[in-house]
Amino acid sequence: MEAYLRRTAMWYGGLSLLGGRVLRNLALPPSYLQHVVREIEVMGVRSLGVALIAAVFTGMVFALQSAVNMARFGAEAYVGPVSALAILRELGPVLTAILVGGKVASGITAELGSMKVTEQIDALRTLGVNYIKRLIVPRLLAAIVVFPLLTVLADVVGVLGGMVIMYLERGADMYTYWNVTTYWVVPRDFLMGVGKSVFFGAIVTLIGCYNGLSTEGGTEGLGRATTATVVHVTMGVIVSDFFLTKLILILFWGRV
Amino acid sequence: MTAIVEVIDVWKRFDGLEVLRGLSLEALKGETLVVMGGSGSGKTVLLRHIAGLIQPDRGQVKVFGQNIEALSEEELLPIRRRMGFVFQGAALFDSLSVHENVAYPLREHTRLSEDRIRARVVAALARVGLPEDVLPLLPSELSGGMRKRVGIARALMVEPDIMLYDEPTAGLDPTNARLVADLISEVQAGVCDTSIVVTHDLELTRAVATRVAVLIDGRFAALGPRDAVLESDEPAVRAFLTGEATSHRV
Repeated sequence: MEAYLRRTAMWYGGLSLLGGRVLRNLALPPSYLQHVVREIEVMGVRSLGVALIAAVFTGMVFALQSAVNMARFGAEAYVGPVSALAILRELGPVLTAILVGGKVASGITAELGSMKVTEQIDALRTLGVNYIKRLIVPRLLAAIVVFPLLTVLADVVGVLGGMVIMYLERGADMYTYWNVTTYWVVPRDFLMGVGKSVFFGAIVTLIGCYNGLSTEGGTEGLGRATTATVVHVTMGVIVSDFFLTKLILILFWGRV
Repeated sequence: MTAIVEVIDVWKRFDGLEVLRGLSLEALKGETLVVMGGSGSGKTVLLRHIAGLIQPDRGQVKVFGQNIEALSEEELLPIRRRMGFVFQGAALFDSLSVHENVAYPLREHTRLSEDRIRARVVAALARVGLPEDVLPLLPSELSGGMRKRVGIARALMVEPDIMLYDEPTAGLDPTNARLVADLISEVQAGVCDTSIVVTHDLELTRAVATRVAVLIDGRFAALGPRDAVLESDEPAVRAFLTGEATSHRV
């Protein structure tokens, strides 16, 4: 138990220290901007399919479940705003962060972990290269661009998916559905989700990088680190989502 | 002579095991210092302290007169640009070609044109005895000896004042081992001021060393001019050199 607590405390401490070092090294030389662009392509374009398919099916199933159950209270007309609020404020950013984050962060852990066990990171250091600037900052900057963009797209296809399924399955009038939705949903709802996705992008990337850099024990250790990253990312997003949401509600919606 | 590297009473422990136990040594300008020792004796740990890759639990490491154990990673970078480090496994970037590997330090630290970078890379490869044909190859397509030589070429690109070699002949056949030994002597004569080589290879030590230190169980059992150490009567040193040592470590 004591060893587990010590390991957990060291993990959080190490993650925080890495976060601090990344912040100190945030300014990049111009030649590294190409790495940021490459990472945007690796993280964003290659994750688009996963994010959008998850979003459209979540939007559809959420609208369908809401319609069936809200009809029991005579509130089926409000399926649009309820679905949209759930997608914009929670499902869009959280699902995107878990799905894309798990994929991106485990890839980062595998790459950096492999570099660590084959001494390639030490080789960078001995060549006088700042490995935080070269390996971590470009990924972090790319993530805080990519995650909000993917979240916006997930929001759009999620809401549209809900609307289309309501039209096809429940015969809802799409014009009315859209009007009721836009009446109740305000820009703050959308911005809250997008704002959270910036934080999720940063924390997910940091977890991936930290687990990669602290990989020990050869290929077996690399496997363990990659698996741990998926768990850490999922738990990190779900737990931090609660506290972040509470903070945002206090800051922008008054005391709730 | 001036001391380029000074290691002063350095102690280091990993997972409860004392790896270095109060080591002190100086590497002087113009010499090749060979640190010999068996597996697990702490040779590589010592070399990594000198490059600032790890910090001692106690003691000081001075490189170019600067205390490096107290410096941050960012503060160490300019000092590391004056060092070349050759890793035991070469540590080449496995997703980059030979050309990109050797050109890496130039692309990071200079604004040379691609033509000039290529010329420098070809010259560095020629110095280590490799033809231009290897430029597009990936490290996985090279033999062990070639990888080692590409690692030396990459380390030389920063025009280092000190070269640090970690087991440069480990895993090589006698011909390649001799080639690498000749290369270490050439580099010492023509490029850098000081070389520190850690190895358990007696032939390599005879070929390149000016002074020799013998590291046994985290302490120096002998340190002095090559011939004096290699002919030492000290029982622990003799036992190591004749292959009859029994270490308490694994």
